[in-house]
Amino acid sequence: MTDRTRFRRVARFVSPVDRGFAAVVYGGSILFALLIVGLFVELVLGSWPSIAAFGPSFIWKSSWDPITSKFGALPMIYGTVVTSLVAIALAGFVGIMAAVFLADFAPRWLATPLSFLIELLAAVPSVVYGLWGLFVLAPFVRTAVGPALQKTLGWTPLFSGPIYGVGLLTAGIILALMIVPTVTAISRDVIAAIPRDLREASMAVGTTKWETATRVVLPAARVGIFGACVLALGRALGETIAVTMVIGNRPEISASLFAPSYTLASVIANEFTEATTSIYTSALIELGLILFVVSVVVNALARLMIWRVRGST
Amino acid sequence: MTVGALRYRRLKQRRVFGSLGTALALLCSVLAAGSLLAILGYVVVQGVSAINWNFLTQLPHPIGVPGGGVGNGILGTFIIIGIATAMAVPIGLLTGIYLALFGRGPIPEALRFLSDVLSGVPSIAIGLFAYAVLVAPLKHFSALSASFAFMMLMLPLLVRTSEQAIRSVPQTVREGALALGMSNFRATVRIVLPTARPAIITALLLAIARVTGETAPLLFTAFGSQYWEANPNNPMAVLALQVFNYAISPYPDWQAQAWAGAFLLVVAVFILSLGARLMLRRAMRGLDS
Repeated sequence: MTDRTRFRRVARFVSPVDRGFAAVVYGGSILFALLIVGLFVELVLGSWPSIAAFGPSFIWKSSWDPITSKFGALPMIYGTVVTSLVAIALAGFVGIMAAVFLADFAPRWLATPLSFLIELLAAVPSVVYGLWGLFVLAPFVRTAVGPALQKTLGWTPLFSGPIYGVGLLTAGIILALMIVPTVTAISRDVIAAIPRDLREASMAVGTTKWETATRVVLPAARVGIFGACVLALGRALGETIAVTMVIGNRPEISASLFAPSYTLASVIANEFTEATTSIYTSALIELGLILFVVSVVVNALARLMIWRVRGST
Repeated sequence: MTVGALRYRRLKQRRVFGSLGTALALLCSVLAAGSLLAILGYVVVQGVSAINWNFLTQLPHPIGVPGGGVGNGILGTFIIIGIATAMAVPIGLLTGIYLALFGRGPIPEALRFLSDVLSGVPSIAIGLFAYAVLVAPLKHFSALSASFAFMMLMLPLLVRTSEQAIRSVPQTVREGALALGMSNFRATVRIVLPTARPAIITALLLAIARVTGETAPLLFTAFGSQYWEANPNNPMAVLALQVFNYAISPYPDWQAQAWAGAFLLVVAVFILSLGARLMLRRAMRGLDS
């Protein structure tokens, strides 16, 4: 008997009690599906006045002026993209390196506590990251990291201009800390899932352990690791409170990473309860809709890539 | 120079390069783990000194009046998470049962996809949904709307874990129960669910840990309050929200309280995470035996 037919027979629900049970189970599932569909529908409905008023140019207009009711999302999209890119550049490198070490080099007595600590990093609440970022990291960036970067790389527009402490760079670093556990944990699992044969074959032709890890195992795991990075990117894009506390909250576009900026999520967090006109509220909800659509696309991509390697759960 | 010497030197170089690479990889792991310790250390040092009995039990004082606490926020956190759990568990469990028992074909696949989508939606967007459903129509902020948002945040984890936990109960156990004449309903409720319980509780603890420190959706759902509030239909103080508001305030008194509140949040979340880990170990053991 195949697994499938066996499954069907067992799961046949005939008695009245079982019919009732099945109905309740269906009901719960339908409710769950309705909630998710409702989430999307409500976001579209809420942003409809804004969509009708501004059309697609909402995405590339850069004025954000509640007084004249002119709204454009470009500064927030820019801030969201830049902070997330800084975060993924830092967390990607550190996270993948840590994953390589934990999977292939660390002895058990070291790998277990290190993995544990890195995974606990993911449990720290966002608002605590924000608090730490505001009172510890931001002053550190203003007095140490910023001046050092400006001295060495100040000739590029990226590191020019005054250093406030709060801004794109600080937000990016905080985000990097928040997403590094995602990158590390998934990459480590993907690397560990690469067959032993591959490592042994590589070692057998005389490579060093490091060469095996970086030139044989990493390329074999690259799709899954890329998926981990994309998943982490999705988290960075939507992260709200910590970023709101350290980004400076100014709807401006400037090339310097030291400049204060704004993200899609943090403008909603800051201005939603203060929005006085209905078009203002609607514009903020449209920012939420953009965030929703982007995060759905990014997450779907990431899961596809991770599944391809690890196999569906 | 002979070919042999050349080979030897290159091997030596490669080994040195390998050691340097390994050291870099070690450094990255220590950097990631160390940043946790840096954050925790700071929270503990700054937080503990501001914690005392009054902080845990009193109402916030107005600006300029020293002292005061976050008692109402702690109460609010319990109430909001309690209601969220009461709503999320039945829906999550029923959907998990559905996926485990009827889980083949396009509809269950679509449901799994939706669940994964939901787990990636930023909490602020879910807050907007809760606002649209429960705040805008009723024209006032409420703890209930915050519970609704938290429920949405808890659901994906509950759904996927209960599905897997129920699936991992051996089919033979089910068949045994059915062979004894149990209905599917009784077999599921009396035999399968108790076996899957440790794994489901693990997921529940993790889901609660996730929302305990969640702040973004609270800004326009629970909103916050200066008073003791137990009616879920009213705006309510929440610890995470108080930490946020105190942190961005310009007053040193409040900033100190923000650290103390952060300390409480971290302790709560870590206890929940550790509890989940212990529970998971029990779940694994249960399946082995």
